[in-house]
Amino acid sequence: MQLHPILASLRHHKLTCLLLVLQVMLTAAIICNVASLIATRIGEISVVTGLQEGGLSVLDITDVAPGGDAQARHARDLALLRAIPGVQSAAAVWNSLPLGQSSYTSTTCDSQADADRAHQIRSSKVQGCSQVAIYHGGPGQLALLGLRLTAGRDFQASEYVLPGHDASNPVPAVILSSALAERLFPAQDALGKDIYVNRRTIRVVGVVDTLVKPYLHEPADDHDTMLWPMLPDGGSVMYLLRSYPKDQAEVLRQAKTALLKADPQRVFQNVQTYAELRRTYFRRDYTMIGLLLTSALGLLAVTVIGIAGLAGFWVQQRTRQIGIRRAIGATRRDVLRHFQTENFLIVGTGIVLGLGLAEALNMLLVREYGVAPLPALYFPVTALLLAALGQLAVLNPALHASRIPPATATRNL
Amino acid sequence: MLGYYLRLAAASLARTPVITALMVTAIGLGIGASMTMITVLHVMSGDPLPGRSGTIYYPHLDATPLDLSDGPTDDFTWPDAMALLAHGPAAHQAAMAGGSLLVRLERRDLQPFYADGRYTTSDFFALFKVPFIQGAGWSAADETAHARVVVLSQGFAAKLFGAAPAVGRTLRFGETDFRVIGVTADWRPQPKFYSGYSYSMFNDADGFFLPLHTAQELKLGVNGDVDCWGEADSDAMYSSPVCAWLQFWVELDDPAAVAAYAQFLSDYSADQKKAGRFQRPPSSARLDGLMPWLRAKKLVPEDVQLQLWLAIGFLAVCLVNIVCLLLAKFLRRRREISVRRALGARRRDIFVQFSVEAGLVGVAGGLLGLVLAQLGLWGVRQRPDDYAKFASMDLVLLFWTLALAVGASLLAGIVPAWRASSAAPASLLKSE
Repeated sequence: MQLHPILASLRHHKLTCLLLVLQVMLTAAIICNVASLIATRIGEISVVTGLQEGGLSVLDITDVAPGGDAQARHARDLALLRAIPGVQSAAAVWNSLPLGQSSYTSTTCDSQADADRAHQIRSSKVQGCSQVAIYHGGPGQLALLGLRLTAGRDFQASEYVLPGHDASNPVPAVILSSALAERLFPAQDALGKDIYVNRRTIRVVGVVDTLVKPYLHEPADDHDTMLWPMLPDGGSVMYLLRSYPKDQAEVLRQAKTALLKADPQRVFQNVQTYAELRRTYFRRDYTMIGLLLTSALGLLAVTVIGIAGLAGFWVQQRTRQIGIRRAIGATRRDVLRHFQTENFLIVGTGIVLGLGLAEALNMLLVREYGVAPLPALYFPVTALLLAALGQLAVLNPALHASRIPPATATRNL
Repeated sequence: MLGYYLRLAAASLARTPVITALMVTAIGLGIGASMTMITVLHVMSGDPLPGRSGTIYYPHLDATPLDLSDGPTDDFTWPDAMALLAHGPAAHQAAMAGGSLLVRLERRDLQPFYADGRYTTSDFFALFKVPFIQGAGWSAADETAHARVVVLSQGFAAKLFGAAPAVGRTLRFGETDFRVIGVTADWRPQPKFYSGYSYSMFNDADGFFLPLHTAQELKLGVNGDVDCWGEADSDAMYSSPVCAWLQFWVELDDPAAVAAYAQFLSDYSADQKKAGRFQRPPSSARLDGLMPWLRAKKLVPEDVQLQLWLAIGFLAVCLVNIVCLLLAKFLRRRREISVRRALGARRRDIFVQFSVEAGLVGVAGGLLGLVLAQLGLWGVRQRPDDYAKFASMDLVLLFWTLALAVGASLLAGIVPAWRASSAAPASLLKSE
């Protein structure tokens, strides 16, 4: 393949080539970063909560006229819920769930000294302490959520207490997430140890595998969670139901009817499947992914159509020259190759410069918006994608050019 | 001459319909994407009280201890807010906090529900010039008497009482009956700056307003932050000197009043320090104007900023694309140019002729961009974000969309038009 005729013809279109290179460069830089942003979001929305999410449903209730005994009310409601066909189990918990956006947190430490220090500066950012999300619930919470115990045991019936039962010791036992156990007691067995919550001690009786917070903020802290055997009390309660996933809609409908029938003076804040709750939590990320994807595709489309349009122009403009080349012996294949190589040179230059710009843009985004740095793999993938799209864009005009008959050279003279 | 150039441009664009469509689409897409995001940004950073924002100020007192790691809060404790209300030299001032209350009515067909509103002091309505359509706000005497009265917004009153007049009616918040004494016109500063927190400034308009002293007496829950830095049990936190939860706004009409109020804050802070309650120096007390205060809140989420940059990048690529296509298109017409030059057209004439053509592409692209931006804004309004429902274009932005499109395509046309006009006529004529 001779490069000389290509370079010679490009020299005639310096400015246009430069602009095309600029366009490919900008496209490459933007596409590369947008792809990385999309990947980050996809990583965020596929977080593992630790729950067995399929088949889990949620009813969040506030009783408006909470006369009488809350415990009796909850027992009655649970009996009603368990009687619904399709319901395998039900439990009453405080209105807090992983990704549920309602949280109870407490500064939790591994020793009295650390707890005192944290209290003094009123911050959990102390070695040996963490801001921990608490999931309070009645019997069956652990099983209903589908959490997996990696050590120790579930709470015993005698350990479930009401809020404020004992000022010195809020609950008799606690189950930690494995991440929290590892943070508070690195390389030790957490079972049987005491943790310090608001400077009061609680004995660790179990450790569960993964369990994330109601809100995700800092990847390093998002798994600092624990379970408390504390029954919901007062006007507000959340019921968890487990059924087959296919029955969930019907189960929720019947549950709402049954609960309203038992007591019409109640407000339902949330009646939904866990899958819906999860989608709600990540709704912004879904929108953002959609938006980024649309912009990326739009950008690629504009660039591809631009390249194709320009190539088409050039073919028309050079019809006579192509005819002459064909007349003096160039094959169709040579003409095709000419345009393909020309495109490759221009797009390739744009890509190389664009990848540099992508890295610079990424550094700026990392600094200003704290996005993830570009993984090395993105560069070759973007390069291949754009080179392939460039070839695709030029294919039709180039084929068109290769079909120009040699006789064209003799016309219009 | 312009008419002639327009005819020439239209004819030339019609000769290459595919390329023309391509250019119009490209500029339409770029403009549509950019204007969608610019509109969202415009909505989020607008002036909530046009014409009056210059006279509204937010005072700051820092009552937090020096070793508190979380830094100062914008909010006021009950004792500080009450001291400012009693002694602050302002034309109007009010303390306030947001609340979410369970609403119950006699009406059987209306299930109990939670509604958002504000607990505030009597001067609130005069401070922000809230328009009333029925009745009025409560007096300072009502405030100190802890009157069980409430002012509703027009929309909320209609929801509760339908078309019937609401003033004089009773509604129950939690366990307490309140008498409706006024209905405001639907009043919603954009953003709802007085709520104090960046996360609630795009929430729905407040449905009700009731006296702060009444709310404090009844211990009605606050749905903002309650930030305590000392021991305070939940019963006492709404009157505790170590719990901040109130927002405070003042109206100061001239620089002398601003200076006097700043001095008052500084003196108050010094007194409190002398009394041993404040640990920070009086210089920590200050006064912020509404607009600087809002800007410091950084209301525009990073997502939206990123989207704006993305849209601008998109527009840039589209513009480069158009420059390429215009250049190719114009240079193909060198013969036509040479003939016109040889017949006496000046370079300037050629330049203007081709700029008109570029501008025509811009107008078409701008119109398409306008349609796409409306589509984009419709999409934004479907989003679950609080700010989303306010995303719509006003006439000014409509004008700017077209101006941006035409400006951008004229800019894109400069290089091609200049190249087209700079070719020497003789050499081109000769070569054919």
